[in-house]
Amino acid sequence: MLTLTCPYCGIAACETELAPGGEAHLKRFGPGSSDDDFEGYLFLRPNVKGVHFERWRHAMGCGKWFLAARCTATLEVFGTYSAQTPEPTAEIIAAIRAKRPDWSLT
Amino acid sequence: MSELALSALAGAKATGLVTIEDMGLCGMVTLRADLAASAGAVEQVTGAAMPGPRAMTTGQGVQVAWMSPDELLILCDHAGADAMVAALSQALAGQHHLAVNVSDARAVLRVTGGAGALRDTLAKITPADLAALPVQEMRRTRLQQVAGAIWFVTDTEARVICFRSVARYVFDLLAMSARDGGAVGYH
Amino acid sequence: MSTRLATGGRLIDRSRTVSFTFNGKRLRGHPGDTLASALLAAGQVIVGRSFKYHRPRGVMASGAEDPNALVNLGAGNRHEPNQRATTTALFDGLVATSQNHWPSLNWDIGEVNALVPRLLPAGFYYKTFIHPRPFWKHVFEPIIRQSAGLGRAPDPRHADPDRYEHFYAHTDLVIAGGGIAGLAAALQAGRAGLRVILCEQTAHWGGRAPVDGVEIDGLPAGEWVNDAVEQLEKMENVHLRLNCMIAGVYDHGYVIAYERVADDSPGGDAPRHRLWRIRSAQVIAATGALERPLSFPGNDKPGVMLAAAVRDYVVNYGVAPGARTVIVTNNDDAYRTALALDDAGLAVPCIVDARPEANGPLVQAARARGLRVLTGMGICNVKGLRGVVAVQLCAQSGSGAVVEDVICDAVAMSGGWSPVVHLWSHCGGKLTWDEAGAFFRPDPMRPPTNQSGAGFVSCAGAADGALWAGETLENAGLITRRVLESFGSSTDHPMPVARAAAEAPMLPVWMMPEEAGPKKRAKMWLDFQNDVKVSDVQLAAREGYESVEHTKRYTTIGMATDQGKLSNINGLAILAKALDEDIPRVGTTTFRPPYTPISMGAIAGEARGPIFQPLRRTPMHDWHEANGAHWEPVGHWRRPYCFPKQGESHRDAVNREIAATRASLGVLDASTLGKIIVKGPDAGRFIDMLYTNLMSNLKPGKCRYGLMCSENGFLMDDGVVARLDDDTFLVHTTTGGADRIHAHMEDWLQCEWWDWQVYTANVTEQWAQIAVVGPKARAVLEKLGSDVDLSAEALPFMGWAEGRIGGFDARVFRISFSGELSFEVAVPASQGRAFWDKIQEVGAEFGATPYGTEALHVMRAEKGFIMIGDETDGTVIPQDLGLDWAISKKKDDYLGKRAQERAHMTDPARWKLVGLETLDGSVLPDGSYALAEGVNANGQRNTQGRVTSTYFSPTLGRGIAMGLVLHGPDRMGEVLDFNTTKPAPKGGAAPTIKARIVSPVFFDPEGTKQNV
Ligand SMILES: [Zn+2]
Repeated sequence: MLTLTCPYCGIAACETELAPGGEAHLKRFGPGSSDDDFEGYLFLRPNVKGVHFERWRHAMGCGKWFLAARCTATLEVFGTYSAQTPEPTAEIIAAIRAKRPDWSLT
Repeated sequence: MSELALSALAGAKATGLVTIEDMGLCGMVTLRADLAASAGAVEQVTGAAMPGPRAMTTGQGVQVAWMSPDELLILCDHAGADAMVAALSQALAGQHHLAVNVSDARAVLRVTGGAGALRDTLAKITPADLAALPVQEMRRTRLQQVAGAIWFVTDTEARVICFRSVARYVFDLLAMSARDGGAVGYH
Repeated sequence: MSTRLATGGRLIDRSRTVSFTFNGKRLRGHPGDTLASALLAAGQVIVGRSFKYHRPRGVMASGAEDPNALVNLGAGNRHEPNQRATTTALFDGLVATSQNHWPSLNWDIGEVNALVPRLLPAGFYYKTFIHPRPFWKHVFEPIIRQSAGLGRAPDPRHADPDRYEHFYAHTDLVIAGGGIAGLAAALQAGRAGLRVILCEQTAHWGGRAPVDGVEIDGLPAGEWVNDAVEQLEKMENVHLRLNCMIAGVYDHGYVIAYERVADDSPGGDAPRHRLWRIRSAQVIAATGALERPLSFPGNDKPGVMLAAAVRDYVVNYGVAPGARTVIVTNNDDAYRTALALDDAGLAVPCIVDARPEANGPLVQAARARGLRVLTGMGICNVKGLRGVVAVQLCAQSGSGAVVEDVICDAVAMSGGWSPVVHLWSHCGGKLTWDEAGAFFRPDPMRPPTNQSGAGFVSCAGAADGALWAGETLENAGLITRRVLESFGSSTDHPMPVARAAAEAPMLPVWMMPEEAGPKKRAKMWLDFQNDVKVSDVQLAAREGYESVEHTKRYTTIGMATDQGKLSNINGLAILAKALDEDIPRVGTTTFRPPYTPISMGAIAGEARGPIFQPLRRTPMHDWHEANGAHWEPVGHWRRPYCFPKQGESHRDAVNREIAATRASLGVLDASTLGKIIVKGPDAGRFIDMLYTNLMSNLKPGKCRYGLMCSENGFLMDDGVVARLDDDTFLVHTTTGGADRIHAHMEDWLQCEWWDWQVYTANVTEQWAQIAVVGPKARAVLEKLGSDVDLSAEALPFMGWAEGRIGGFDARVFRISFSGELSFEVAVPASQGRAFWDKIQEVGAEFGATPYGTEALHVMRAEKGFIMIGDETDGTVIPQDLGLDWAISKKKDDYLGKRAQERAHMTDPARWKLVGLETLDGSVLPDGSYALAEGVNANGQRNTQGRVTSTYFSPTLGRGIAMGLVLHGPDRMGEVLDFNTTKPAPKGGAAPTIKARIVSPVFFDPEGTKQNV
């Protein structure tokens, strides 16, 4: 049962107050995109064991979507951050590196 | 036809470890806007300062609650909610915003009792840390299976707000949690 | 035989008695007794039968680890099976019956299983399934049906009369276990200012120390415990809880505690159990240790008990498990039992110690009292069928040649102690093997970690392997100091110091005698509840089960309700030996929560009966209920399915409601319809992305039907959009779709198009919505009085207006889901009931008829309108439903557009929507398939379509249906065979129904009725 802190309202929310939204930072492919690009966008997820960027909604709270960087194996949370960013921010990457020096954004 | 208007719980009341009462019809307005840019307009209309995250501020018979970074809930007289919407819309003219009367979409309950019993009762239905919730701060949370919000008016009086359709469910949850045999003595 | 002693018993109140029944027999005990102590006091040595062989079993332990004394507790609607007598507080009127026996506890026919143990070896079930099936059916099943199972399930006709609840708590530190380690840790943490919850699973503080004669800070342990509790009670930041077991430790400091509030006072106002859902920064598991049995032949017989349990019964309850008790041990601690028995004036014929030498202080004390200590010896047989009458002794090192018979009626055994590491392990803490103590203890380098990646569980005291009282407190002090440091706190207060007799090292003894042959090994029980013996584990090893997890499942060792609390290490050691491996290399099975079983009621909490689920009510709910509504759940909403009158069937009611609506006037509570405001300079652009059709060119005052697809192209919702003003739209969603669609909108606005200027608000519940439907719809609204011009010219079909109707503030939408002239009137929810009443009153002269969801569905089907969830199932795209007209060709993009261009989506062989008419006028079965020639690879009949909606149409007087059919729209008039669920007659083919493909619009295809 995770606890994630919503970066918008500051509440350390219980997992039961949150709704999961899958992997973060997907690039949308719309009309005109190739079949491969569209398939990748819609279906293909690396499903990593380790550092994962993911979407959560503070559904039973302020209603905002936010992003979290979390280790899927140990459930360690490196940080939560705004959903309005197309890629992991420098701050969150630094926070991950501080805990996992060998990790890099591939 | 406001004389025929009914709140969802029509004055329901239950007593046990704490007392739970329907607050009747309450005026509520949702305002979505850039809060920093609309602070002046909000203060002008409500008399209340723009609240910070999760906080509630008080104006002339009006309370303003921070709901999210771009949303307020303004609590006012039920009959005055439409006028509040109009006044906000006027004050925010030219600025992207959404003001809408949501008074009838929700139910408001008053829960009173000893400070400990009050928090103990509420702690049976919400995962929020009630010991850490200051007076006049709104905690939006889960009330067992539905969304809702809680705030303490004083140490011994709380408000519980939920959607109108589940008002009976939330009332029944609280009434069950407040049954005399269920004292916990934690808070 | 066991009996109550004349004096003693620190936990019982001898001045009062309580009465209870066991198997119908009226017995007496004292307040403070457990059911187990009271049964022993009453001489009830046999308390149950084992799971597989139905062997008679007696109380073996004194706490949660007891595998044997499981009873049916309570009667009638309070009956609960598998309740542990050792943890059940005795109360007046308690009713218990024994389990797993037939016809009686003392004479059980199933005991025959034990006479033919070769029939039921390890892996019996797996093997039996492989052998010829008739063997199973005719030989094993009848035997097993009669004898298998653990307890009797509660009668399903009875509802549990008790209530349960949850309680959420947030704290710095949870301490599990109120023994001396837990109390001392709580005192230190409390002094340091932490918020502490200290839980003890039993009804008493102090754990073993008061029984074991420990001295703490110069006081007898019992007195120190009382002082400690008194001090803790004064600390505002410390919360104490008895009868409260920490059941599980989970991710991010989530802890579940199971509080038995009112088990011993049924019928009161208190919740029976309370489930604590705690968030704690740190957890200290001061959960102590459990004594292990010794594996000697006959160790499962009633009267053979754990040594510490024997002295618990003597000291705590004033109960003698036997008059003559033989002690058998591999360690010094069991000598405390000999001394306690001797103190109580009970005979100890001998102490059988497997160690070649024993000279510790406790041993010397026993010798000094003249007790006979036999070293290097073991037990090779227990005589007696339903109790102990004698034991036979042998040399531990040999194969079990009898050297002596000792008359006795009880055996106290001790195979050493294992720390209770469950809470450490639940959330991933790893263990390390302690060679000296022959047990697993927490590996401090590999703790369970929290959201910060830091360890958050510590074991303290015996749970950390510090078994002797002195080192227990020393260890607890060290652990607590480390935990305090993690908060940046500390206390200068010294830890208490415990003093107890020193103990010489134990000697691991996994089998007694060491070289026992097959016959003896087949009588050495490892898992008492599941009847797993040394020979079973050895057989599993021989058959190739090398992994401990596989062996567990194959033999069922550790899989019963005690989850291997006694059997775990002994079984592991036998397996390791059979595999010729070290114990730590074989490893241990995973400890999973809960520590001991918790009630289903506690898990459900308050969620039962009327508040099992939130039941969403519309403002008119009470009217519907008062007027006999038959309800249909739609999501969490309750909607009237129909309003049957006295003596009317549901079908007749539906037909009447439809006829009245089509002929004159029907009224529907449509309040559940989702209503979402979408506003902003980019609202039109946003709405165009949400819907497949073009919405941004909708004029204020107008409505348009639209389709919403998910990004993978599938239809997810439909509804009518009204444009309120230049930058404001009102989106109507399906009932139950509002929250989902609102979340969908916010998802795209927040996570993809965050620079678009759009705000949304879900105002579903702000409005009560009433559909006024039928030829007289306009007449009734005009009669109500309206300042809105409701004429066809001023308010045409798909228009909307705002004003006052009958004095109510209203929005009127001219939209129709029935094909009739229809006005959907929205009024503020608080006025919904009054408006509804007014419509009924004014509409009476037009025969105003409230109708429910079934009439709604039939009327929409007559018109060929699709229904989300009927015609769609998450795999259907709008193109499948002939809704191409609602898909914009002009828009560059909308959610789902790219997906709908995928090859599979444009495949002409996708099944398409058509109407279906049975040739005989009957109603097609729901979900029926259109049959095609031949069979598929699985030998199943090929299909070419399926029914999505099917009803009896009272308007047409026949069955009508919609369905998806291969090339359907090109096959109008063709007749297909549809399957049914009726069985095939003998020798014949299964009956089918013939239906013709027709247009899905069955009624008023020109729309003349709605456009008036
Ligand atoms: Zn939030």
